[in-house]
Amino acid sequence: MDRRSFLATTAAGAAALSFPAILRAQSKDVLRIGFPLPLTGPFGALAADQQRGATLAMDELNAKGGVLGRKVEVLFRDDQLKPAVGAQRTKELIENDQVQFVVGGLAAHVQMAINEQTKKSKVLFISVSQSDEISAKPDTSPLTFHEALNPTITSRAVGNWIAQNLGKKWWIIYADYAWGKQNNMVLQEVLAKQGGTLLGSTPYPLGSAEFSAHLPKIQGAKPEVLVSMTPGADNIAFLKQVQSYGMKKTMRIAQPLHWLPQLKEGGPDLYADIYGGTSFYWELEENVPSAKQYVEIYRKKYNAPPGDYGAYAFSGVMEVARGCTLAKSFDSEAVADALRKNPTYDHYKGKQWWRTCDNKSFQDLWIVKGREPGKTKGEWGLAEIVTKIPANEELDRTCKEKGLA
Amino acid sequence: MPDLSTLLAQVFTGLVLGMIYVLLAIGLSLIFGLMTVVNFAHGALFMLGAYFGVFLLTYTKSFWVALIVAPLMVGALGLLMERFLIRRLYGRSPDDPLLLTFGLSLILVEGVKVIWGKIGLTLDPPRALAGAVDLGFMAFPAYRLFLVVVIVAVLVGLYLFLGRTNIGLIIRAGSRDPLMVRALGIDLSRIWLLVFGLGTALAGLAGILAGPMRGAYAEMGVTMVIESFVVIVVGGMGSLLGAVVAGLLIGQVVGLTTLFVPKLAEIMVFVVMAVVLLVRPSGLFGEAGLLE
Amino acid sequence: MSALRSIAGAVGAHPVLAFWVFFAFFPFLVPNRSLATQVLIFGLFALGFNLLYGYTGLLSFGHAAYYGLGAYGTGIALAKLHVGSLWAGLGAGLLLSAAGGAVIGFFCLRRRGIYFAMLTLAFAQLLYFTGFHLADWTGGDDGLRGIPQLTLGLGPWKYSIETTLGFYYFSYVLVGLAVAMLKRILDSPFGAVLQAIRENGSRAVACGYDVNRVKHLSFVFSACFAGLAGALDALRLTVVPIESLYWTTSGQVVMMTLLGGAGTFFGPFVGAATYLILEERLSLFTESWPIVIGAIFSAFVLFLPKGIWGTLTGGIHGRQSA
Repeated sequence: MDRRSFLATTAAGAAALSFPAILRAQSKDVLRIGFPLPLTGPFGALAADQQRGATLAMDELNAKGGVLGRKVEVLFRDDQLKPAVGAQRTKELIENDQVQFVVGGLAAHVQMAINEQTKKSKVLFISVSQSDEISAKPDTSPLTFHEALNPTITSRAVGNWIAQNLGKKWWIIYADYAWGKQNNMVLQEVLAKQGGTLLGSTPYPLGSAEFSAHLPKIQGAKPEVLVSMTPGADNIAFLKQVQSYGMKKTMRIAQPLHWLPQLKEGGPDLYADIYGGTSFYWELEENVPSAKQYVEIYRKKYNAPPGDYGAYAFSGVMEVARGCTLAKSFDSEAVADALRKNPTYDHYKGKQWWRTCDNKSFQDLWIVKGREPGKTKGEWGLAEIVTKIPANEELDRTCKEKGLA
Repeated sequence: MPDLSTLLAQVFTGLVLGMIYVLLAIGLSLIFGLMTVVNFAHGALFMLGAYFGVFLLTYTKSFWVALIVAPLMVGALGLLMERFLIRRLYGRSPDDPLLLTFGLSLILVEGVKVIWGKIGLTLDPPRALAGAVDLGFMAFPAYRLFLVVVIVAVLVGLYLFLGRTNIGLIIRAGSRDPLMVRALGIDLSRIWLLVFGLGTALAGLAGILAGPMRGAYAEMGVTMVIESFVVIVVGGMGSLLGAVVAGLLIGQVVGLTTLFVPKLAEIMVFVVMAVVLLVRPSGLFGEAGLLE
Repeated sequence: MSALRSIAGAVGAHPVLAFWVFFAFFPFLVPNRSLATQVLIFGLFALGFNLLYGYTGLLSFGHAAYYGLGAYGTGIALAKLHVGSLWAGLGAGLLLSAAGGAVIGFFCLRRRGIYFAMLTLAFAQLLYFTGFHLADWTGGDDGLRGIPQLTLGLGPWKYSIETTLGFYYFSYVLVGLAVAMLKRILDSPFGAVLQAIRENGSRAVACGYDVNRVKHLSFVFSACFAGLAGALDALRLTVVPIESLYWTTSGQVVMMTLLGGAGTFFGPFVGAATYLILEERLSLFTESWPIVIGAIFSAFVLFLPKGIWGTLTGGIHGRQSA
């Protein structure tokens, strides 16, 4: 068979498979939630956690008879960590798959692109990852809800604690993009308020694995605390290099966030005595009843303890369900109003509530630190809880500051 | 204005950084210079070197064994790639090997995640090299000093191999005038197989050497391949000396920019490349006419 | 196979008409309608790239620059400067990408082959970096949001581009006009010189053609097509992500053109459709879809270098960098 015929036949076959010859009967009796997330790309591990959390929520809801009698279905789509793809997949979810709600996103810039689509189609969107902009003008809307923490809350909470407990002479190193820059700004404000000194603040290009050029200056300045915003794989490279320069011995190291996959990847050798914030850590099962419940069902299903991003996803889906049940409707505006009128909830870690003016979820967060080698508890007990920072609306910007009165 | 010891520390850092750039680029330069094949899978092979390193370290518990065997494994993969895939493309447009290796890199990066999972792996240097050495003006990681020694050894070895052995002579002649070499009765396809294997092994070596500094994760080759391209283009494609000079130059530029204007550090690499190319048509030491 | 060949022949003989006819029905043939618009837009982007690569023989690694300039030009005009007219917005994007093409082309064309390609990459990265840091204008890495999908007004008649089909047919008209323009370019004496340059650059010079000027013009035209694609995409998504200027976007358009068939008229559209539909469908089945795409792409380079459309129509006689 020559190339041309082979190609023609294959193309015809593929075309036949992709044409919507048989229209899928869209069952009217299902509650569909669209969930774009970066299954491929550098944050795949966090996205996998999100997927598990959301699936767990879906299964729990269906086991109890669904929502208002309807079965719940979460439709995951790979957004490749790209805003254009995220927007496209969201469009398809809304138009083709007829989802009634959207929960999702991992990267801030993708969330905002998703949000533009959901705003346009008047679909409720619960964003489950860090972003300062999503709950502020001009991005936010009455249908945009933000479940996760944001840089302002995280850095104010963690920054205050660091200044009071680890030292007041800081050097900050941050990834030169929105999340890094926002944290940097907030940390500097916090340090100033606490009467500390900023010895220096250096940006580095996100995704760079080479930090050696930054370190001599930092070594020379001799800070008490080195605060770093080095997300993803950068975190490992940064800590390895800092350790190899012997800097762990001469200064404390802290970061606004710890991520469970990174803790696992780096191991206790790397992460021992490094402080960070987190929205959720599975050892909370020991003290918090809803955490105990959540960790139990997660572990039963997945044989491993849950991470923080999975928990956000779980909570997001559960909130959609709660909103529908309260509103007795699947209409986005009705559900949004219902959530605002009944803002308190607790799905996995304690009391959370929606602030009315900006649909922002306020919640507890914790400071954890990496355990030393030999002191870890099993495969995943890599960190130890140091203290809780209780939910507090003062940790975030006021609605006025966000452009909403 | 930073004080003298910080400046000295930064220049030294830039020097070592430059050596790392050279290490990353040398495999690409070899393959390109001698075969005029643009190997876009260079980054993926670099990444594989790190992953194979972790795998070997887990089983043999010896960093030194891993250091020797991992590049050999990557080189073997390179031999297979050349023999069964790239060889089919000779005589066609010079863009084709670039495109094919680009496709292969997609497969390799995703494939690694399927086999080893989405969470990266950690690779630790041997205990002896784990600490920092006091150089007087700064504390510098012992591992990086070790790296410099290895890189110099590799460069010397390459120089001797290409300059002083018979095979090296054939390789150099083959890049200059393949027709003539064939006319002399020498089978160039075996030579190119060897060169490709060597170049990919060097990429793998760079990977396992980089592992203790960066960890091993699937995307680690993505930015590295662009940086390596810039180095060999600035140095002049086809010139190993050019790759060394360019690597050191770029290392210094990045180091000093990071000290004085950190925000610009990322773009300086491309600015240097654009300036060099606009001033010198074929890079610093490149031979005119090569792949133009 | 003769039936196929005669269809391909008919399409080849009247490409513009074939475009108008096929794409009139296209949204109803694909799995979902918003994908159809994406195919049109990326097809146009690849069309522009193909003019430079397939027809003139110049491989650019930085074509995202013109797509991005078109997108940001339109986005900034509509969202930041509030120009209030859809046409003015599109015009701004087109103008910016043409200017970018003219300036960058001027510098890059001083070199040839791989050096030319690397210079185009360097300039594109420079633009990316600039866009990233001029956050007040471009939104930085958060992207430029809030682009209004203004209603089209032609006299008393109003047309809305807010619906998916509405936007599709709006793009259909504009892309169709671009396709017609490309045909005119290729059929003109200028187009003949382009292809002469691709086949044998030195010979074209020897024949007395002003090769540099022709290459530069081709570069600018190519940038304009890419820019229009970017402008339309900005309107479609109502955001302009910073990745629009990143080298991965340049890589995508290269892949699409090659899949479809470089140097063929329809190759770019076929390639764009194949890539986008494959990506959408595959990602529903498996997270490891990049392996499948990589394998398909590699198989094409190895066995079907003329691409889908190129192989089906017999293609052109190979390409050579000028």
